[in-house]
Amino acid sequence: MTVEGDTAARHTIGRGESPLGGAGQIDAEGVCAWFGGRLVLELVTLPMDRSKVTALIGPSGCGKSTFLRILNRMHEVVPGAQLAGSVRLDGTDIYGSGQRAVDTRRHIGMVFQKPNPFPAMSIADNVLSGLRFSRVSPANRGDLVEEMLTKAGLWNEVKDRLGELGGALSGGQQQRLCIARSLAVRPRVLLMDEPCSALDPTSTLRIEQTIKEIADEVTVVIVTHNMQQAQRVSDTCAFFLAAENQPGRVIEWGPTDTIFTEPSDQRTADYVNGQFG
Amino acid sequence: MSTDTDMPTAPPGVLIPTTSASTGTARTGPVTGSAAAGPPSPPKPRRLPTPIRPGDFGATDITLLAAAALSSLALVWVVFYQLTLLSGGLGFLVCWYLTFLALTWIGMSQVIERQVATDRVVGVLVVSAALLVVGLVVFIVLWVAFKAVPHIHWGSLFTKDQKSLELADPNILNHVGILHAIIGTLEQVLVAALLGVPVAIATAVFLNEVGGRGVKLVRTVVTAMSGTPSVVAGIFIYSMLILTHVLTYSGFAASLALIVILLPSVTRVVEEVLRVVPGGLREAALALGAPQWRTVWSVVLPTARSGVVTAVLLGVARIVGETAPLLFTAFGSQIINVNEFAHPQGALPLAIWVESREANSIAISLAFQAAFVLMSIVLILFVAARIFGRTKGKKSKSAQRQSEDDFMARIFMPIPMEKVGDEQ
Repeated sequence: MTVEGDTAARHTIGRGESPLGGAGQIDAEGVCAWFGGRLVLELVTLPMDRSKVTALIGPSGCGKSTFLRILNRMHEVVPGAQLAGSVRLDGTDIYGSGQRAVDTRRHIGMVFQKPNPFPAMSIADNVLSGLRFSRVSPANRGDLVEEMLTKAGLWNEVKDRLGELGGALSGGQQQRLCIARSLAVRPRVLLMDEPCSALDPTSTLRIEQTIKEIADEVTVVIVTHNMQQAQRVSDTCAFFLAAENQPGRVIEWGPTDTIFTEPSDQRTADYVNGQFG
Repeated sequence: MSTDTDMPTAPPGVLIPTTSASTGTARTGPVTGSAAAGPPSPPKPRRLPTPIRPGDFGATDITLLAAAALSSLALVWVVFYQLTLLSGGLGFLVCWYLTFLALTWIGMSQVIERQVATDRVVGVLVVSAALLVVGLVVFIVLWVAFKAVPHIHWGSLFTKDQKSLELADPNILNHVGILHAIIGTLEQVLVAALLGVPVAIATAVFLNEVGGRGVKLVRTVVTAMSGTPSVVAGIFIYSMLILTHVLTYSGFAASLALIVILLPSVTRVVEEVLRVVPGGLREAALALGAPQWRTVWSVVLPTARSGVVTAVLLGVARIVGETAPLLFTAFGSQIINVNEFAHPQGALPLAIWVESREANSIAISLAFQAAFVLMSIVLILFVAARIFGRTKGKKSKSAQRQSEDDFMARIFMPIPMEKVGDEQ
């Protein structure tokens, strides 16, 4: 079953334009996840608002990354992974029967923990790679590359060496290249899985700045272990926690200020104040 | 460092005020701390009696090695040829080498110390193994070149076949060449590569990227196939296709036999190369909305490009020199046959095999010339591996230099992908 809006969106993406005019609303409802029969995530219901930055926080192993990967159907790439519940992008269930994972991932991009530019492609080709995969040739490649690299805050550093290989950049630059690459397909949602954990503080700040700048056009969901980062960049915050031998759950979610200053759950208060985790 | 609260026991300049001075840095002698105000005077590093690290190879070592070599030569000569009735060059060399090792150890342990002596002897073993390998290759190449090059008639070798081979004619080398064999080998190998390489790469992609139930079976079959003796590959094609009159003796039958050799070797190496492509790249491509075939085609294979090219060229270099599979298939011929699909066809390995068995110096010389040409073709393939195996696009200068530095490593150990993920 393909909802009309989605078909339209797929076609607009085919022309390399922004579907539905930018950021999308993504709602998870009753999401459960299993790895090889073991329940790792239980009944997560979480709305992630249009044009907002949502941070997922919590100790290691509580299912934040799994949840994030469920949001763009990367979960099913892992052998033995199963899930239940629904995820709706602007009202369309991305796990609906007519939906193809490939299309979903074009609408919901992802930036990974470890910078992973394609080493065999030049910087410019890296930016355009997503479009190439979708068999789209943009009208003006040069402009698009410049626009995306500028958005990712990398243009000034690389404008003179766009032909160099992506692997020739530093770690922080590589990660920003990955962000530019994800933005080039003009996704409605951008998922970021601890994008700064492998980077130095300066690069981290640069990427946080980028996140704030792009939030108008794309909804951002970011997993982070860094409380200050969550506080700095996010509008909404969701706290995940898994008790011992229990699947991960969302303990609490709400505006970031509330979560950090007056959380309603004691465990949240303990975590954001550095009592554990 | 300069504040007293920082490290009260360590005056500036003394990094390791511990008692043991077991590291090589201790050899620099006692440090005279200019501001050694701390109450306990720093322990003086013990000056090591001898260098231990292999890098500290000095005049003493060279003298000792030379002395050991000479004295062992003299000793073994006396014992081997004078006191006993042994004979033979090889046995002498082996005895000399072993005695040399023993004398080296004894000498070193007397002059320096036992630990150093053991280290040196192991060092000598390792270095001589490396020299042996390099020496063998250089010897083979030089020997063939020495035997072949002075007799080559450049005007005829590459332009004529052996239609008019009259061994009695003293000027015969002006009238014969090995063009028929060169044409045959090139055609057979080219067709084998064109048909075999795509299948090999596809199999490797199946094994590593697609997966599924058949993987174990296919991998076992490929491994077993790589153990097939090459003569069996020839007999297989002969009995299945030639005896049954599907094909006649032809270059194409030889190509099919060569594919049997080529497939498993290329498949296994390409599979290894694909395996070291970081999984993050596949995920990145999938997350950008690429279907799996796109991921493999546009990301995995280009990333592994240099390794795949190396695998293919190594596989081709392997089959260029195969003789056994050609015996029953190409059959050999002394005249030019450019038609790959009919009639017996010559080939360089066959020419070498046939002509080296002739009791005639001209024929043997022709065999050496063919061997020289064959080795040159392999060399050209290796150089091609270097040129085409390079990742395209501009690299920074240091990365470029690096890639040229480990070129030989890339050829002989074609798994260069480890660096791809964190290449900076």
